[in-house]
Formats: sequence, C-alpha cells, structure tokens
Amino acid sequence: MTIPTSSPTPGYRIALAVLALAIGLGITTRTLAADEPASEAGMGERLQACSGCHGERGRSDPEHAYFPAIAGKPAGYLFEQLINFKKGRRHHDIMQSMFAVLSDQYLQDIAEYYAGQTPRHSAAVSHPAAETRGAETLVFQGAPDRDIPACAACHGKALTGALPTIPGLLGLRSEYLAAQLGAWREGTRRAAAPDCMHTIAQRLRSDEIDRVSKWLASQPYPTGAKPLPQLPDPLPIPCGASR
Amino acid sequence: MKWVLSLTAVLAVTVIGLAVWFFWPVLNPPAVATTTPTTTAAMIERGAYLARVGNCIGCHTAEDGPDYAGGRRVPTPFGTVFTSNLTPDAETGLGNWTAADFYRAMHHGQAKDGTFLLPAFPFTNYTRVTREDSDAIYVFLQSLAPVKRVTPEPEMAFPYNTLLARLGWQRLFFRPATFEPVPERTDAWNRGRYLVEGLGHCSACHTIRGPLGEEREDYEYAGGRIAGMEWDALPLNVSERMDEVDKAELKQLLHAGTSRDNVTSGPMAEVVFNSTQYLTDADLDAMIAYISSLPIKPEPEPRASTKVEGQRRADLIKQGSAVYQAHCETCHGSDGEGRAYAYPALAGNPLVTAPSANNAIRMVLYGGFAPSTGANPQPYGMPPFSHQLDDEDVAAVISYIRNAWGNRASAVAPIEISDY
Repeated sequence: MTIPTSSPTPGYRIALAVLALAIGLGITTRTLAADEPASEAGMGERLQACSGCHGERGRSDPEHAYFPAIAGKPAGYLFEQLINFKKGRRHHDIMQSMFAVLSDQYLQDIAEYYAGQTPRHSAAVSHPAAETRGAETLVFQGAPDRDIPACAACHGKALTGALPTIPGLLGLRSEYLAAQLGAWREGTRRAAAPDCMHTIAQRLRSDEIDRVSKWLASQPYPTGAKPLPQLPDPLPIPCGASR
Repeated sequence: MKWVLSLTAVLAVTVIGLAVWFFWPVLNPPAVATTTPTTTAAMIERGAYLARVGNCIGCHTAEDGPDYAGGRRVPTPFGTVFTSNLTPDAETGLGNWTAADFYRAMHHGQAKDGTFLLPAFPFTNYTRVTREDSDAIYVFLQSLAPVKRVTPEPEMAFPYNTLLARLGWQRLFFRPATFEPVPERTDAWNRGRYLVEGLGHCSACHTIRGPLGEEREDYEYAGGRIAGMEWDALPLNVSERMDEVDKAELKQLLHAGTSRDNVTSGPMAEVVFNSTQYLTDADLDAMIAYISSLPIKPEPEPRASTKVEGQRRADLIKQGSAVYQAHCETCHGSDGEGRAYAYPALAGNPLVTAPSANNAIRMVLYGGFAPSTGANPQPYGMPPFSHQLDDEDVAAVISYIRNAWGNRASAVAPIEISDY
C-alpha cells in the first residue's frame, strides 16, 4: 500500500537548488519558521526582594532613596505598573526579570499588600523660589493655552491620587518625578493607550518638568493621607490607564 | 594526457558526489504522510499538555504579545532570531499548515515551503517526537484564536543569513531520528528519556555548544554557559551524587519552583513557570528516572577569570564574612542553612559552588523571585544588591559563600564584578 505523501513543490525544489548552488553569494533567507494564603506578615517576608529598594512595607524615605515609596498607592495603579514592567512598557531590567516568572494573581496580591500600607509622613522641604517658579500654577491650573491640564485635575486637589489607578504625587524625590516625566515624554515609559501622560509630558518644556518635580518633592506628605475614593470630576483627557 | 583525463574524471565524480551528498535534502525532500488527525476535545487537551512539556509558549510569546503569537527575540552568537507565530492565522501564523507540514518542521527541521529551519528551533530534539504527539500539538495550536502578527526577519550577518548556511548546518549536525525504546530499561525510564531528549529539549541549555552552535556530545548534559544567554546551566548528569532525597528535591523543584533547600532562578525559573509545573507526577518521575541515570561527563571549563590566591584570597573571604553577617545572614542563616521552602540553603548549594561564579554573581547583583506555581503561588524573592554593595563587597561575599560551611570553589576577583 502506498501512503500518500506531501513534499515541497518541484518548482520550489528547483528554485531552492539554484539558489543554494550560488555558492559564495550571500542570499538572505526569508522568515524562519523558525501553599498557603499569605498573611500580611508572610507577605513582608516574601517581598524582601522589593523592600531592599522600596523600603520595609514600601515606605522608602525620599530623603535617602531614589526609589519611589509605594506604600498606600492605589492597588490598581501598582498592579498596572507591575504588568507594565513585565511587558516591557516600563524599562528596568531588574524589575522586568523579577516579574517574568510571577503570575498575574501574585502581582495583584503584591499590589494589594503595598496599597494597604500606610505611607510615610514627610515634612515640607524648602526649595529656592526661583527653582519652582510657576510650578504651583501648572499643578493646580495647568496651562489651558497649551492644552496642559492641571496635575490636580486627575491626581486630586490634595495630590494624593484617586482610586483605582491614579497615583499620588507626594513623598517622592524630585529626581524620580523628573525621570518619569522625561521617560513619558520620550516614550520609554508607556501606559495602556490612550497614554495620557505621554501626551501631557510632550507638551511640557524641560524647565517645567524640572520645576514641577521640585515643587512636588518639596510638599509635605500629611499623615494618614489617602487616595480619593473617586475623582469628583471626569478626567480632562482620555486615559487608558484609568479604565 | 590520459592521466589528465582520469584526474578530471575523478575530480568531477568527487565534486558531483559531494554536491549530491550536500544537497540531498533538496534533491530528495522528505516524504511525510498526509494523514489528517481528528480534532477532538481530548486531542486538544493532550496537545495542550504536550505543548507545555515542550515549553512552546516560553519562546513563541513576545514579552508584550499574545500567547503563542511569536516575535520573542532569541539572541544567539550568530545574530538575533525571532520566534514564529504558532497561532492559526493564515497569513502570519500556521493557518495554512497541515499536520504533515507541522511534523515536517518538528521531525525534519523544514518549514512548509521547504525552508531549512534555524537550529534556534530545537528540531534536533523534536525530531524524536512521535507523529502522534506532533499531531496532538498541531491540533491544539490550530484550536487557538488566530492572531495576526508578522514574525520579524532574523537579524543575522553573512554568511549565517544564507540558505546555504542553514542547509550546511543541517547536513553537518542533524539527521532526523525516531525514538527507540531501550528494552532492558523500565517503561518509566524510557518515557523519561523520550521527554528529556525530545519535547523537553533539556540539552538545548544543559549541553554546551561548539563553534557553530552544535551541541557538544562530549559535554552532554554537563551544564555550562548557555549560548546567547548570560546564565550558566547546572549539570544534569550528577547521578553519582543523586540519592532518593536529591531526587525528591529535584521533583519538587520542577513541580513547585522551590524545594526545601533550593530554588530555581534565571531561565530555569521560566521553564518551571511555563512548563514543568504542569507535568504529571508520572512524567516528572520518569524524567528524573532518566536524568539520574545519565553518565557522568566532565564539566566544561568555566570562562577564564582572574585568579585570586594566597593572602589576597584569605583577606577577601574574611571581608566577605562581614558582608554576609550584615546583609545575608538574617535569611540564609549563620551556617548557610537557609530556611526551608523560603530562603535557599547556601551550604552545599550547587549554584553557589558551580565552577563559574556567574549565576551566584547575578543573584547577588540582580536578585530575583522563584517562579509562581500552582504549588507555590506566592514565592519568596531575593533583593538585588547592585546598588547597595560595591564590586569589592560583592566579590568578597561571593568568595565567602563559595568557601564557607564545607563549600569549596574558586574565589572571585572584584574586577570580575565590573563586567556585570
């Protein structure tokens, strides 16, 4: 009995032989087919990989550490960032390689753990007025002539963020804030489309990024400050991350 | 005159003979039976399981892309290749492929159109996969939602980007093979060999490669630097040192990612995350039955590194002891004993004492989590120390843990750390 067989077409075979016979010529080929539910104390022990940089319970001190405090940030925001790192939308080799082998459920658990921690209180830091000139106006009123909404319009009047996905802006180092705005502007930090922070950062001048970052970093972080349960007004521009 | 003719004739025959040998797969393309597998729910489920064993998803999923839609960068010493789209999209995936086309790729290393596949796709292992198993994987892949995603062209320089190079590689290093059970061995051992050498493609990382990317038989399963990666694979052929406790540890590692004294890290953590955690008990036992019978081979020499000896070595280890007390002891213990199922033991840990300190250096600098698995959904993680310790302290602490509590391995020079 003959078994029916398939093989590459004769035409292809000849073409292939001719191509292959062209010894010495570089012929670029086509595509290659070419155990337990953790208690809160348990989580702290499991997450030493995080606390090394972000502080015990996510309460790193901006006075000493570049890495952002994550305690008390909305769980939705934190989860989204973990996913963004995992998927390469935010770039940090260490963060990315850590999350490559963590399930989305664990990332969610991690986000909730840190969202449930109390942020560290920080006092106001004074900056020379010249370094933050105009920043307060941008933060609370934006620049309507250049379609730049106020930070406070989304991050809340107290700048402590809003559930479920908008982070607070206080208790962070100015270098960190400026680096994020710069990364958004250049597209090296991305969020789900429409990427509102990319749009906004592109409208900001470098000196504005610098002043706003310094002004935000100089504000006190009141004890017990929490993200708003929800924003009082609709978002001024569409934001994929907030869906 | 006559001798000139004879010489010409001999030369001609030799050249033609060599050409026929070389181009044999082109002149005589493999015949593959065109039987069509029936798609049943059971077949899809079986295929899904086998695809897990083969860890298809691990390479054929880009970091920001849908499962099995390909596009992941695979760095090799010869350039970067991109994995193909395995979803049944007609234009960019396997939508137009038949089960025979799929088997041709798995068994013969050739694409539907006859293109010789690059060995980054481990057809040298998959060639031993049975037609039946290949069909089940095919049926499973065809059951996925089609995703339109174009596979980028490989980024390889001349001559590696030529058809000739692909054919040449296959002629030199590849012959299609089938799995032949060894009758004297148990069924489990044979099953284990089928999985380890076939779909599991363990040798792809655990055997070092020669200058053209071919697996070195003389170092089979002996571990060493993984081609195109920054990690070393541990040796698998440690049968002399493997007792029942070690076998149970290994099984636990493959199943849960974390065992009493060890954790998987780096690329192996990804393998556990995507593949081995889903394996049945019987298949894990089978794989370990085979692995624990592998003949001992010499471990490959680690890459050349700066030697640290004499007083310098003693000083470095002493300094490392202080660093250890300050940063490591709380978790890993004063005797390097670790804490069961949480923080791995460092005493007697093969990653710590490997000939190359590379993996240990990477763990100290960059940290990492064990994989989330069904058995251990919330694994522990090691913090990165790259911004807490300087090169001197990193070298010191690694030299210390490689030589404390009965461990014995080379010390690490601080200059080595600056390469990371």
